[in-house]
Amino acid sequence: MPKKILLDSKKIDLILNRLVCELVENHKDFNNTVLIGLQPRGTYLIEKILDIFKKKYPNINIKSGILDFTFFRDDFRRSEKTLKASSTQINFSIENKNVVLIDDVLFTGRSIKAAMSSIDSYGRPNSIELLVLIDRRYKREIPIQANYCGAKIDTFKGDKVNVVWNENSKKDVIYIENNG
Amino acid sequence: MDKLSVDHLLGIKFLKKSDINLIFKTALHFKEIINRPIKKVPTLRDITIANLFFENSTRTKISFELAQKRLGADVVNFSSSSSSVNKGESLTDTVNNILAMKVDMIVLRHPNPGSPLLLSKHTNSCIINAGDGAHEHPTQALLDCFSLTENLGDLKGKNILIVGDILHSRVALSNIYALKLLGANIKLSCPLSLIPREIESLDVSIETDILRALKWCDAANVLRVQKERMEKSYFPNNREYSMLFGLDINKINNIKKDILILHPGPINRGVEITSEIVESNNSIILDQVENGVAIRMAIIYLLASKMNFSIN
Repeated sequence: MPKKILLDSKKIDLILNRLVCELVENHKDFNNTVLIGLQPRGTYLIEKILDIFKKKYPNINIKSGILDFTFFRDDFRRSEKTLKASSTQINFSIENKNVVLIDDVLFTGRSIKAAMSSIDSYGRPNSIELLVLIDRRYKREIPIQANYCGAKIDTFKGDKVNVVWNENSKKDVIYIENNG
Repeated sequence: MDKLSVDHLLGIKFLKKSDINLIFKTALHFKEIINRPIKKVPTLRDITIANLFFENSTRTKISFELAQKRLGADVVNFSSSSSSVNKGESLTDTVNNILAMKVDMIVLRHPNPGSPLLLSKHTNSCIINAGDGAHEHPTQALLDCFSLTENLGDLKGKNILIVGDILHSRVALSNIYALKLLGANIKLSCPLSLIPREIESLDVSIETDILRALKWCDAANVLRVQKERMEKSYFPNNREYSMLFGLDINKINNIKKDILILHPGPINRGVEITSEIVESNNSIILDQVENGVAIRMAIIYLLASKMNFSIN
């Protein structure tokens, strides 16, 4: 199956701006809220979101970090591959904070489950929310859903959703391909 | 490479440079984890590890146990003084009995060189060498090199001095193997009576003038004089040893340069090193101890990754 473009850069930009507006509606001045990008792909998305905050809401001061949850995953020793960790950068306590986890694609939900367990290492949050750019509907293996969602899509088995970020954001694109 | 080339950690001699790099890279992640408010991950929740210590140990034993517990593993500890070893049971029988209780990994410290290799051949378990006689102490060498790398960057071409009781030291041999793999230059300094035969075949040089050796090096790893392993006298007395080879403020001031000071512990203050040097800014001795937990977590994690899970 050839690559099928789901969202081009213009649509992605619109969606990101809408997601930021939704965040501001719910968290106001972000006094007690932190944004956490999930390794590996959520790190690009959080950068885009923080850029929009800087441009549109320069008075809002946002605490943000990057979380790797490799050692909390449920598939350790389930394949020949060694699970490779990435870096974590959280230089603050999340005790009693409202945490927004940020990832590009919500698929089985297992990564988010691992991330929610992992974030507890930094304290007990007041609440945890999830922001995703793409929600692959009907593919959940555990009961997890996003609070903020860019777009919901239906996919077949073997489909791969690719989110490609470019330095020039006018070339950002999300496409789907099937290798099965 | 994302996998170790070995299924056991028997000695640095069996490792490749890529293994060491992978261990260091993984240890960086675990160092971040052990500095979190909650320092534990559940990765090894289905693994049981037995620590078999047939020799005394404080740091290594606690470090291994903390590493295992912070990875979420179940841990059982065994010491030879309170076991059936005293009733004449062989090492292989002891270990096979422990393994029959569904233990997945063995950490072994034993006075006989080669005992971890023997176990790896006669048992069906992953073996980690925590020190075998005067042979190897691979986790100590890895944490020493990791601590050096943190401070000096790439060790290729760096000058590393090992001072002290080389003859009875498993730390020395493992350090030599590891530093060689990483491309460092190595010099040994101690009384000639404490130099093992054939050591120069490992491509190391010997310098009996400690000041010249200190002036040459970027870092000095100071080893303890292991009186308990000496069956005869190798030097006249501690005072003379301390005057000639002990690190003190006069010698450090004399070389007019900053060098890193390492010591694997336990320290005999006033013999191989003075308190002033132990507590100086150049000393990274406590960094070594902290890094020890991260390095052991990395080794256990990477070896456990190679043990396939079976639900049956």
